[in-house]
Amino acid sequence: MTTISAAEPSRRDFLYVATAAVGAVGAAAVLAPLIGQMNPDASTIAAGAPVEIDLAPLAAGQIVKVFWRSKPIFIFHRTKDDIAKAQAVDWHSLPDPAPDSARVKDGHEQWLVVIGICTHLGCIPLPHQGNYDGWFCPCHGSQYDSAGRIRQGPAPANLPLPPYQFVSDSKIRIGETAPGNA
Amino acid sequence: MSANSIYKPQNAFMQWMERRLPIAGLVYSSFVVYPTPRNLNYWWTFGGILTFMLGVQIITGIVLAMHYTPHVDLAFNSVESIMRDVNYGWLLRYLHSNGASFFFVAVYAHIIRGMYYGSYKEPREVLWILGVILFLLMVMTGFMGYVLPWGQMSFWAATVITNLFSAIPGVGDPIVTWLWGGYAVGNPTLNRFYSLHYLLPFVIVGVVVLHVWALHMVGQNNPTGVEPKTEKDSVAFTPYATVKDAFFIGVFCLFYAYFIFYIPNFLGHPDNYIPANPGQTPTHIVPEWYYLPFYAILRAIPSKLLGVVALGASIVLLAFLPWLDTSRVRSAKYRPLYRQFLIVFFLVVIGLGYLGSQPPEGGYVIAARFLTAYYFVFLLIILPLLGLFETTKPLPNSILESVLGEGVRAGASAPPASGAKV
Repeated sequence: MTTISAAEPSRRDFLYVATAAVGAVGAAAVLAPLIGQMNPDASTIAAGAPVEIDLAPLAAGQIVKVFWRSKPIFIFHRTKDDIAKAQAVDWHSLPDPAPDSARVKDGHEQWLVVIGICTHLGCIPLPHQGNYDGWFCPCHGSQYDSAGRIRQGPAPANLPLPPYQFVSDSKIRIGETAPGNA
Repeated sequence: MSANSIYKPQNAFMQWMERRLPIAGLVYSSFVVYPTPRNLNYWWTFGGILTFMLGVQIITGIVLAMHYTPHVDLAFNSVESIMRDVNYGWLLRYLHSNGASFFFVAVYAHIIRGMYYGSYKEPREVLWILGVILFLLMVMTGFMGYVLPWGQMSFWAATVITNLFSAIPGVGDPIVTWLWGGYAVGNPTLNRFYSLHYLLPFVIVGVVVLHVWALHMVGQNNPTGVEPKTEKDSVAFTPYATVKDAFFIGVFCLFYAYFIFYIPNFLGHPDNYIPANPGQTPTHIVPEWYYLPFYAILRAIPSKLLGVVALGASIVLLAFLPWLDTSRVRSAKYRPLYRQFLIVFFLVVIGLGYLGSQPPEGGYVIAARFLTAYYFVFLLIILPLLGLFETTKPLPNSILESVLGEGVRAGASAPPASGAKV
């Protein structure tokens, strides 16, 4: 089709543009549900409600694994020695710098709660292995220390902290943060 | 093509049909009288083998789908019931699982052939790129199929591979959640992988049609890399190529059958006979053997994002071979330096495959870094430079001359260039 730019837009030009515009809106409107259906459904989201964990049975030095939103959560009852070592590290030089105090809740330094998924490609690291009193990932060799910080290997970040809060001294709720607590 | 290359049916029904849907004529011109270089060796039979294996995988796959249940609680047991209860289920499943391996054996041979004889060069660039797309589709299909039995390796392969997308800055995590349909690999993931594993083979069929179409536009390459010039350089596809392909498909099937009947689990991993456990990663995760070189490249790079980029680049770069290789001589037969560098490249890929099967520690990682470096140096530096500096050997004047020696008179003992009359 050859059109002369100086000419007034014709009825046909209007119809082309209008048809294309309606078609584009229609395609986008169909695409949204087609893509959206792949996101977590209502039941999956509902099953991701917060869970309460009683910490009393954990002996010092013990690491347990619980599940929240199908993700393994490590709860590590750290010994005084573990805490001292984690605090003594020159954290500014770590691959993902974070002081030990940013990894635990104030006044609950003996409890480390982290998502037990290697930040490299999603394997579950093995507790009490590796050179840093923490975890060793069997898949690609990443090593985490007793504060769940990445120390060696291909993983780019520390083990992530799930949202949680202490409801009492020996009980936590994973999946929600205390009001007014960032 | 000679005069009898046009399909002229004698049968009245076929004449009636030909005026309405000329499909018999298309088959006749594409697979009967189609001229094929007379010097093709057995490396050229892998295209036929690949078509055959695609058929095997689709037929066995459709039958397996009649007995399989895509649900996290039932999938593992449904596969076990295929193995134990379904009539000939063990055979169908071993045909399919070993079929995937042999499909990849054939595709690697096909790629090696293309690289060695320069089959990607002008005018076959689009043909080659369609081939790289087919390889990528095969990789995706094979990966999703491996997830379906829902064993330990299935589950953790799904976890590791989907997590590759989390390396994308900014949008990585939402993309991974979207792929999973949950907060981790779970039932929605298994369901959609099943759906796509059923779909993708038919997408492959579609791209194969394009691949063959592109092949028939430009004609086959051959071991000399010299284009056919006269009718004497070619023979008819049928019977020459069809019989040669059929014979070698038979030989290939002997190896395939040996694996199915004698060592059906040799290429698998015993951990996949343990039901998936989202709470425990196997001590040593390895993908299927045909992904090992790429897995080694992923692990060789001590950065998550760069590792994933290198993994992707190692395949995508192959699509750019027609432009990375600056030499105008196709066949490695006449390129002494390219031939050596290329054979080292193939050995490096095999070496990477070995390293990918080993634990990611110590000397294995260091060796994998050296081999990964060669992989990319070859493609990005050696290939472009070789075309500028290499002294190539003289090419034969024609395919006929390369087969029968110089000074052969045209017309001497050449089979007819096209098939017999119908």
